[in-house]
Amino acid sequence: MAEPAVPVVGPGRDGTLSATGAEAIAGAAAAALTEVTAPRRRLGWFFWVCLGWIAVVILLAVLANVLPLPNPNYQNYSAINAGPSGAHLLGTDDLGRDILSRVIYGSRVSIIVGFGAIAIGLLLGGLPGMVAGYRRGTVDTVVNAASYVLLAFPALVAVIAIVTFWGHALWKIVLIIGIATAPLLFRLIRAATLSYANRDFVTAARTLGARDRRILAREILPNILPAIVSFSLIGVATVIVLEGTLAFLGLSVPGPTPSWGNMLNESRSYITGSQINLSLVLSPAVSMFSFLLALNLVGDRLRQHFDVTEVRL
Amino acid sequence: MARYLLNRLVALLVIVFLVSVGSFFVVHLLPGNPAVTILGPNATPRNVATENALLGLNKPLYQQYFIWIGNILRGNLGKSFVTSQSVTNIIANAFPIDIELIVISQLIAFAVAVPMALLASRRPNRAFDRYSTTATFAGLALPPFIVAPVLVVVFATHLHVFPGPGSYVPLSQGFWTNLHAMILPSIVLAIGSIVVYYRLLRNDLIATLQEEFITMARSKGLSDRRILLRHALRPSSISLLASAGINIGTLIAGTFVVEYLLQLPGLGYELVTGIGQDDYVVVQSLVLVIAVAVVVVNFAVDFLFTVVDPRIARG
Repeated sequence: MAEPAVPVVGPGRDGTLSATGAEAIAGAAAAALTEVTAPRRRLGWFFWVCLGWIAVVILLAVLANVLPLPNPNYQNYSAINAGPSGAHLLGTDDLGRDILSRVIYGSRVSIIVGFGAIAIGLLLGGLPGMVAGYRRGTVDTVVNAASYVLLAFPALVAVIAIVTFWGHALWKIVLIIGIATAPLLFRLIRAATLSYANRDFVTAARTLGARDRRILAREILPNILPAIVSFSLIGVATVIVLEGTLAFLGLSVPGPTPSWGNMLNESRSYITGSQINLSLVLSPAVSMFSFLLALNLVGDRLRQHFDVTEVRL
Repeated sequence: MARYLLNRLVALLVIVFLVSVGSFFVVHLLPGNPAVTILGPNATPRNVATENALLGLNKPLYQQYFIWIGNILRGNLGKSFVTSQSVTNIIANAFPIDIELIVISQLIAFAVAVPMALLASRRPNRAFDRYSTTATFAGLALPPFIVAPVLVVVFATHLHVFPGPGSYVPLSQGFWTNLHAMILPSIVLAIGSIVVYYRLLRNDLIATLQEEFITMARSKGLSDRRILLRHALRPSSISLLASAGINIGTLIAGTFVVEYLLQLPGLGYELVTGIGQDDYVVVQSLVLVIAVAVVVVNFAVDFLFTVVDPRIARG
C-alpha cells in the first residue's frame, strides 16, 4: 500500500471514476479497504462477540413468533407510553404497543432487506463480475463502463424516486436496493477475479482441459470467497443504513409493520414534545447501532484475516 | 492529461443525460397516472383525459421528454401542484440551507479528523491509534437517522443547549440565532465525515511517512512536528480534500434526515414534503437537480485534482 495515494475514495481507486452512486457502500468499503495495518492472523475475542451478536439477532428475528412476546401491533390503551416494567421490559409506545416486541419483529425488515438486497446484488453484479474479470474482452469493457455510469447516480436519490412512484412493499424495496448495489459488487468482484484469472493454477486447469464454468467455480471462486464474504457483510450494513434512512423519512415499508427505521420515525414527536418516551428512541437506535457495528467489524476483521488487501481494487 | 480530462467530460455529459432520462421515466413508466394523482381517485375518465392533454401526457413519450428537458434547460422547472410556487423558487429558498449545513459540518469534521489522524499516525498501532481507529468503527455504525433523534432528545429537549425542531431562522434574520439552530444538525452530519477523513488521512500519512523524502528530512534533523505538518500533511491534504468532494453524495443523504427531523426547509425537506403531497413535478425536478448537482460536483472535484496532481490521470 505504499503506492502514491490516489485521491479517490471507493472502488474508483484506479482513478477512473469516483464511485459516487453507491457512495454510502463505497464509503464503507473504502474505509475498510485503505486500512494500513499488517494482516491480522488472530481474529480476537471481540470478533467472536460481534459474530455471536449477529447470530443472536438473526435467531431472535426467526424465532419471534415462537418467543413469549406480545403481538407487536397489539394496542394496549391502558398502558400508553408506559415505562419499562415486568410486563413490558422496554416499555410501550404511544399506542400502547410493546417496544421489545416491536424491536425484535422490527429487526426482520432490516435483516431481510440487508441480506436480500446483497443476495440480489451478488446475483446481478457479482456473477457477471466474475465472468467479466475472467473472460475480459469487449463485453467486459462495455459492462465495466456501464457500471461506472450507474455508480455515478446518487443511490439514495434514485431509490427515493423509484420507491415514491412504484410503492413501498418490502419485496420492492429489496429489489430496488439490490439492483442499486449490483454495479458496486460487480466492480469489487471483477477486481478480485482479475487478480486470480492469470495465476498459474488457473492456466494449469485450462491446459488440463477444464471448462470455463469449472475453472470459475472450482479454481477462482474458492480464492475470492473471503473477499466476497467480507465485502458482503459490510455491504449488508450499508444497505441496512439505506433502508433505515428511507424508513426514517417514512418512505420504506409502511406502518404498522414494525421496523427499526419506522420506530425511529415514530419516535420523532416523543423526543421534542412535553412527553418524552426515551425507550421509543433508544431501543431501535441501540439495536441498530450494535447490529451495524457487529456487521462492519466482522466484515473488516475477516478481510484483514484473509489479507484481502492484496486484491488491488 | 488533456485526453483524460476530455474523456471525463464526455462521461459527465453521458451521465447527466442518463440522469435526466432516469428522472423523467421514473415518473412516466412506473404505474400510477399523474393526472389521477392530481385529480384524486374519484375523477371521471373525461377529466383525466383533459388533465392528461393539459399536462401534455397524451403525446408520445420521447416528445414529452424533449418538451420537458427543453423547459428545464430554459430554467423552467415547473410549478408545485399544491402551492403553485415555481420549483425554481423553491430551490432558490432551500439551497442556501443545504450549503450552510454542509459547510459547517465539513469545518467540524476537519477540525476533529485532522488532529486525530496526525496524532494517530505519529505512532501507528500504539494506544491512541488503536483507540481512535476503533472509535471510528463505531462512527461507521452511527448514520444520521440514529444519531439525530438521540442528540435532539439529549441536547435540545432535555438540556436545552440547542433549539429543537422548527426553530430555523434564515441567515438574514439573525446570524447567531441561525448558527445556533444549525450546529446540532451539522454535528450529526459531521460524524460520518470524521470517520471517512480520519481513516483516509491516517492511512495516507502512515504511507507517506515511509517515503524516502521523510527519511531525508529526518536525517536533516528536522523536528517530528515539522515533518508531520510540512512534509507529510501537505501531500496528504490533496487526497483529503478530494475525498471531501466525493463525500458529497453521503452528505446529501444526511441533510435529508436532519432537515426532516428538525424541519429545516432545505432541499431534502422540500423533497420529502413533496413526496408526502404527491407533488410529482416538485419531486421529479428536485430529484433531477440534486442528482445532477452531485454528479457535477464529483466531476468538478476530479477535474480539479487531476490538474493539481497529474498522477491521477496516469492511474
